[in-house]
Amino acid sequence: MEEPTEDLIGYVHSVESGAAVDGPGMRFAYFMSGCPFRCVYCHNPDTWKIDGGQKMTVTQALDEVLPYRKFLKLAGGVTVTGGEPLAQARFVGELLRRIKGDFGLHTALDTQGFLHKKVSDEWFDAVDLVLLDIKHIDPDVYLAITGKPLQPTLDFAQRLVRLNKKMWIRYVLVPGLTDNEGDILALADYVKTLGPAVERIEVLPFHQMGAYKWKELELDYKLEEVPTPTPDETAMAKTLFKSRGLRIY
Amino acid sequence: MTILQPGASEWMGFAGEAWRTRVDLRDFIQKNFTPYSSDQSFLKGPTARTKNLWEKLASLLKIEREKGVLDISTDKPATIAAHGPGYIDKDVEIIVGLQTDAPLKRAIMPNGGLRMVKTSLSAYGYAMDPHVEEIWTKYRKSHNQGVFDVYSPDILAARKAGIITGLPDAYGRGRIIGDYRRVALYGTDFLRRDKQREFAELDDAVFDEKTMRQREELFEQFRALDELRQMAASYGYDISRPAANAREAIQWTYFGYLAAVKEQNGAAMSLGRVSTFLDIYIERDLRSGALSEEQAQEMIDDLVIKLRIVRFLRTPEYDALFSGDPAWVTEAIGGVGEDGRPLVTKNSFRFLQTLNNLGPAPEPNLTVLWSARLPRAFKRFAAKISIETSSIQYENDDLMRPYWGDDYGIACCVSAMRIGKQMQFFGARANLAKALLYAINGGVDEKLGTLVAKGFEPIASEVLSYEEVSAKLDKMMDWLAKTYIKALNAIHYMHDKYAYERIEMALHDRDILRTMACGIAGLSVAADSLSAIKFAKVTSIRNEKGLVVDYKIEGSYPAFGNNDARVDDIAVGLVTKFMEKIKTQPCFYRDAMPTQSILTITSNVVYGKKTGNTPDGRRAGAPFAPGANPMYGRDIKGFIAAGASVAKIPYSCALDGISWTASSTPDSLGPTLEERQENLVNCLDGFAEAGGFHVNVNVLTRETLIDAMEHPELYPQLTIRVSGYAVNFVKLTREQQLDVISRTFHQSM
Repeated sequence: MEEPTEDLIGYVHSVESGAAVDGPGMRFAYFMSGCPFRCVYCHNPDTWKIDGGQKMTVTQALDEVLPYRKFLKLAGGVTVTGGEPLAQARFVGELLRRIKGDFGLHTALDTQGFLHKKVSDEWFDAVDLVLLDIKHIDPDVYLAITGKPLQPTLDFAQRLVRLNKKMWIRYVLVPGLTDNEGDILALADYVKTLGPAVERIEVLPFHQMGAYKWKELELDYKLEEVPTPTPDETAMAKTLFKSRGLRIY
Repeated sequence: MTILQPGASEWMGFAGEAWRTRVDLRDFIQKNFTPYSSDQSFLKGPTARTKNLWEKLASLLKIEREKGVLDISTDKPATIAAHGPGYIDKDVEIIVGLQTDAPLKRAIMPNGGLRMVKTSLSAYGYAMDPHVEEIWTKYRKSHNQGVFDVYSPDILAARKAGIITGLPDAYGRGRIIGDYRRVALYGTDFLRRDKQREFAELDDAVFDEKTMRQREELFEQFRALDELRQMAASYGYDISRPAANAREAIQWTYFGYLAAVKEQNGAAMSLGRVSTFLDIYIERDLRSGALSEEQAQEMIDDLVIKLRIVRFLRTPEYDALFSGDPAWVTEAIGGVGEDGRPLVTKNSFRFLQTLNNLGPAPEPNLTVLWSARLPRAFKRFAAKISIETSSIQYENDDLMRPYWGDDYGIACCVSAMRIGKQMQFFGARANLAKALLYAINGGVDEKLGTLVAKGFEPIASEVLSYEEVSAKLDKMMDWLAKTYIKALNAIHYMHDKYAYERIEMALHDRDILRTMACGIAGLSVAADSLSAIKFAKVTSIRNEKGLVVDYKIEGSYPAFGNNDARVDDIAVGLVTKFMEKIKTQPCFYRDAMPTQSILTITSNVVYGKKTGNTPDGRRAGAPFAPGANPMYGRDIKGFIAAGASVAKIPYSCALDGISWTASSTPDSLGPTLEERQENLVNCLDGFAEAGGFHVNVNVLTRETLIDAMEHPELYPQLTIRVSGYAVNFVKLTREQQLDVISRTFHQSM
């Protein structure tokens, strides 16, 4: 048993045992509560408030993954996402450290990086892969989408390059908001400067499956009329990234 | 007596001795098959001939879809040789033979029951032939009549209330797999002589009831083999001798199967395990240069076309239970031998390849016998086909092999049996959720308001106590098991008497293992209900007559499907206990070995309809989860956790199979086809290693299904796996379509 003082308490919105889109292979995903962003297209607004999740200790959180450790070792690993996992940096750091140390599993951190200054370089020792969301490359649009500035995310990307961390860049394609050709090419050019640390780029088509949550939370959802990108539109965006020589999925 | 050896020419190049003098298919396969561990790159696409033939059928299938049935042969009660030869297109077919004299024309089989024939005919606007009606009214008794002659009032009440449903008392029981391969390897002369030997061995036995029944059945088997030979002769083939090449082997095997589906309208008419057997013939012809890979694939495609158009005449009530016109032409593919060699051959690939060449289809019900030791390339190919067609089911060979060896097949969905050495008495299923409500209401049916199970006290307390309800459920399960086995004994006694499966049993050994396959529906509802009573506060709500008809639930409870021991143990306990209750019954017809399945097929919808509000919060009439699935939306931790819960149900207590249906969207299986394949293979390995028994894999989007509901004409071949089998989605009732769509699609957030 861990010392009670070391068994940090965190808020976990939910867990998902069969995720295959949040990192390589089959993932066990922790959805952490709490996010400083208020992205207009967020599909998990129920994870914004930190105390909206279930209170648990690191040990309890580890118990969730324990039955699957053998399977995950073979088939994939663990991804911590959210919400914004860095909003609970101490808890998440300890969780990742234990997942790596106790179970030897591959770990991925799904973040937009805004809060990265909260944690030390050593904090990332337990992270094998960062899934870095870059919502937009234009600082003004970025602010409009997320309510926060872009620069910390770009700084974080540079820091990951310095730390030799592998990255997957994730980009949500929202018609009328993030599908401008010039913007996508500008982002592609930027990502290119990050070099081989970037293993792949994922273009995630916007969907309306989170819309009901906005209603349930009585939040003002502005994208009701926005369609899901057609397969052709998604393919087009991918082609733009590819045209800059990037690996795209 | 000396057994004449068939001419050496047919068996030239084959190894092994034991199988030459005695029927021993396993020995033949083990001595001769060529394992294949490489990938699918050798496979060929469909030839122009195959495409034309399939398109010819497509137009007939379209009319059938619109009318319900294409045509019915109303005046000829079906036997093996009742109908003359029939063709789709005589000049281009490679493998021939139809159930009647025209494709998709259904036969009547009144030995099962005249009422079923009558109801089916009138449902599709056909008149009953007066001659047929007279025979089966005045002179000939049917299975259905026999059963109802002996049923007791408690069985009738249980049947009416729907606590026991789907019993094969008005239709053929099915779930018997003839060893159709024997026809190819030996020819009918050899098989007839072997049966004569079995008969003669009983010449000096005591002529008790058992022996006389056996002798009469064996004589029926001779006749069936003779009719099989005649039927084949009408197509121009002499099958009295062994098959001499691959084409004949496929044709002979198919003739054996065809004879069975000409005469029996069984609930499930499975094919067995033919692909690796046939591969031996194909390999021999490939080696000699008599056959090309393209021709080999063409023959398998042609066989599969035939298997896709097996049809039975059934009533609308039957369709509501088992929707989509299924025949369960189940073919078991792969698996590993007792010596550790995988039984995967090139022909295992060719059978799966038919889903590429002819497009997705529910039949034949292709079942991959999964093992950790299957070649990786084969696993990946199966996963690819699953992702592209949703037409394959997987069953755990590593679990079954210790029980049934390495030459078993799957009857229907999940019932393993040694081929030619074992059969089952199919028993449909008992409604465990309803049994729980009977425990609460003292045997009074919550929907009908009538007393069904006599001699029980209802609960008196307002707030349900776990101990009290469990104790009462325990007693109710005793009553249920007793009533259930009485019904099954009656059914199978009468089926043997009035609708004996002559040709299927002619392709079995004389002395076989019989199982009596009981089943459970509503497992997750019952488990969740008990969990709610134990971990939340459940208060009963009574109607004006004092009957508990609803429940108030305060607080939360762990639900089955989240890998939570608190409730998973309850589910395991229910399965274990019901099996014990069954086993303690005093008599099983023909000394059958009792087993049970956790399988509903599509009857989960009908069971739900007949069951009132349950203490887990499920509303009256709402569908149950299919098979051993968790209730929709309650498995909130993703499908690995759900699978882990299902995998806890011990196979040793459910030897007739445990069915789990998992659905996923393509995107949530991974970003690329390559990764999706890899992820699916790993998930199947993980599930099997955890002790999971069966999984249906669907990879579809919700949008596709909704679109198919609105525009069925655009999706004639859209196939979806439901509990234990596959259906054309557009052939489901609207209710079942909605049920399928409302199920959890395990889509990532």
